[in-house]
Amino acid sequence: MLVSAPVLDVLCPMHLVLSATGHIIHAGPTAQKLCLNADLLGQRFLEVFDIKRPRAIVSMADLHKTRDLKLHLELRDPPRTAFKGIMVPVGDAGNHTVVNLSFGISIVDGVRDFSLSNADFAATDLAIEMLYLVEAKTAAMEASRKLNLRLQGAKIAAEEQAFTDTLTGLKNRRALDTVLKRMVKGTACFGVMNIDLDYFKEVNDTLGHAAGDHVLQIVAQIMVSETRKTDTVARVGGDEFTIVLPEVRNGNLMRRVGRRIIDRLEEPIAFNGQDCRISASIGTVWIGEEDQSSMEDVLSNADVALYASKHAGRSRQTVYTPALRKRAPNMARAERRQGPDAQ
Amino acid sequence: MHGLFNRSIQNFVCDTYGSAVWEASARHANLDFIEFEAMLEYDDAITPAILDAVSKTVERPRVDVMEDIGTYLVSHPRFEGTRRLLRFGGVNFEDFLHSLDDLADRARLALSDLHLPRIELRDHVDGHFSLICEAPVAGYGHVMMGVLRVMADDYGALALLEHTGGGQGIETVSVTLVKTDFSEGRRFDLGARAS
Repeated sequence: MLVSAPVLDVLCPMHLVLSATGHIIHAGPTAQKLCLNADLLGQRFLEVFDIKRPRAIVSMADLHKTRDLKLHLELRDPPRTAFKGIMVPVGDAGNHTVVNLSFGISIVDGVRDFSLSNADFAATDLAIEMLYLVEAKTAAMEASRKLNLRLQGAKIAAEEQAFTDTLTGLKNRRALDTVLKRMVKGTACFGVMNIDLDYFKEVNDTLGHAAGDHVLQIVAQIMVSETRKTDTVARVGGDEFTIVLPEVRNGNLMRRVGRRIIDRLEEPIAFNGQDCRISASIGTVWIGEEDQSSMEDVLSNADVALYASKHAGRSRQTVYTPALRKRAPNMARAERRQGPDAQ
Repeated sequence: MHGLFNRSIQNFVCDTYGSAVWEASARHANLDFIEFEAMLEYDDAITPAILDAVSKTVERPRVDVMEDIGTYLVSHPRFEGTRRLLRFGGVNFEDFLHSLDDLADRARLALSDLHLPRIELRDHVDGHFSLICEAPVAGYGHVMMGVLRVMADDYGALALLEHTGGGQGIETVSVTLVKTDFSEGRRFDLGARAS
């Protein structure tokens, strides 16, 4: 042998020297720790290790014949640790074999299972760096994961506080409440229109939710294009909308706006080669300068007018008058809409 | 400055003095937030500002606070990981001291955007060493003193430490290794599962 065993013990502490008969006649200091219950020396190499690759190695003769010097092996006893190995014939007649072992990717388990320490690895071995990286990366990933969770929480909170309906880009109920509260506190006159889509459920039921979503987006575009920039168009339920129109001197303007919206909504909306046909019922209320109505009153009056439109056969607009209340059931839109966000 | 530095200061103050003291420090430093994120980058000026604010709030010199931070980072159970990662550096304290040269590179292996201050160990005679520290924040040498004190203990070594001053972004810590096997030290189980 060119290199003596003490040299190999330092350079490759996980090496084994096999005799011609396949018995382990020397084991490096770390290799000796791999056999938990017994001494490796004197045991047959193939009885301690199961050769996984190259395949079909059952005898030393097979092992000597193979040209592949790279081995994938596994301890036959628990913990059945996997190793990578490299095999070199030594001695004048090549009758001895040196097998150097490495944990490969089983390093993390291996170090734990055999209670190894820094001193068990050659100073040039990257095993310690590998273990270091595994721990450092795990800690860093954990910190990143926590940051992601916090950011996700912040995103959800921001969405909850948002004023925009994500499907249509219109304002949402929260935005509507803010605008209306400001309007009823002020002294200027304004108008409110509650709009329910008619036949929308049929579109959803026959053509699917994708068609329904498309229709809602077109509806939103129509409502925005038929109102002024200063008006607030909000989607407050599945197919329910409310428009707040500031500085409206009387009901006439709102009648015209409502009529135009119904006319445009009744134009067929194409979706995947199909025509979606809907319409709308509108309840409108006008609030004069002297009016002291609360936000709830205003919305309730708009609902009474909306109910009158539906009762009269849909696809129409009704402007609120106190007389309508006598005919309307005592049921506001908000109450009909139990759990509106569930849609 | 990497958020890890600032987050470490925050954790130190919260664990040592309580969150009310931390919130007061954050106010003194004119932060418009109170939580640092370990994985984000912050303006360089924030770190010295928050250190000064903590020093004022807890009424202790800034250098003492910084040494306590160093101690905290490697001894608090919450940061067991830091101690373990440092222990990978060497099998004994002297080995560990030499491994500090590689600390910045090791840190960058784990987090490519983390730039730890460079440290260089000068080996004098008879167990005397000088640790030359880059100090992007004045007082960084004191943080290292806190770290070294705990790590010497961890390895069971008896070492005398002294901050021998500095300037122009460089600080020196003098280390005298009196005994390498002063006590048992703490066990370092290479294969322990990170918790």
